[in-house]
Amino acid sequence: MRFGVIVFPGSNCDSDCRYVLEKMTGAPVFMIAHKEEKLPPVDALILPGGFSYGDYLRTGAIACTAPVMKAVIAFAKNGGRVLGICNGFQILTEARLLPGILLRNKSLKFICRSVHITCENNNTSFTSLYQKGEAVSMPIAHGEGNYYIDEAGLASLKENNQIVFRYSNVSGSFSDETNPNGSVESIAGICNKEGNILGMMPHPERVSDPILGAVDGLKLFLSLNKEK
Amino acid sequence: MYVTLKDGIHDPQGKAVKDALSVLGFNGVEQVRVGKYFELDIAETSLETAGPLVNGMCDQLLANTVIEKYRYELIEK
Repeated sequence: MRFGVIVFPGSNCDSDCRYVLEKMTGAPVFMIAHKEEKLPPVDALILPGGFSYGDYLRTGAIACTAPVMKAVIAFAKNGGRVLGICNGFQILTEARLLPGILLRNKSLKFICRSVHITCENNNTSFTSLYQKGEAVSMPIAHGEGNYYIDEAGLASLKENNQIVFRYSNVSGSFSDETNPNGSVESIAGICNKEGNILGMMPHPERVSDPILGAVDGLKLFLSLNKEK
Repeated sequence: MYVTLKDGIHDPQGKAVKDALSVLGFNGVEQVRVGKYFELDIAETSLETAGPLVNGMCDQLLANTVIEKYRYELIEK
């Protein structure tokens, strides 16, 4: 696999993603600036976390107008694998590549701590090395992570098995108490119907190198890397 | 242009403002919904052409119609 990491003004997890991909998968990584109109030869794209364009207007909204996004959308619609983490997830919903939207956290507070999430769908190229129902720990760091979708949209997500991660307790069950931000049905990550686009609020790249004490996110990058 | 949350979308910021008004003694406020307001100067002089133009701006960028609705006023200078 060859990876591309999109860098917007205000992205701040781009180097973390590059570090993890290069060190832990050994795959080549291209850093792709927001101004680029063409993508280098890559097999998967990562939209990293951060505060692109200062979160002006709505999180992710301005990033959608960056020149590189036309190429990203074409790549995604052509079946290319795209992973959006945190602000990257917000950008994917604003670009309508994923349904729903991320609202202000219910508490109105920025939340920065580790949470448990459960893999609800391991039949994707991002999660194939996780067990279905496996609870792992990953950090979240966001002010707008409160996933919202209307009832018809939620029914469609369930019908197509698009809920990939839910906030949960350590044994994999979820309730209002394990829901950090008010997300509908504790949703932490979803994919599109075709399964080639994943958006998630937790940060797997921050728990992928043993030197940091935990590797619960590593299987996500290893899953992706073993795809053809 | 006025961009506001659709009915039924939870607005925690609105609730915080409502609670703060109550602390200041402004009781009887039943609901607060926080929205956004934009002023644009545009080159287009025909009101008929400006309408669709502004709709396009709102649909594509200024509002996210998953959760927000918008309305606007066109004023000739």
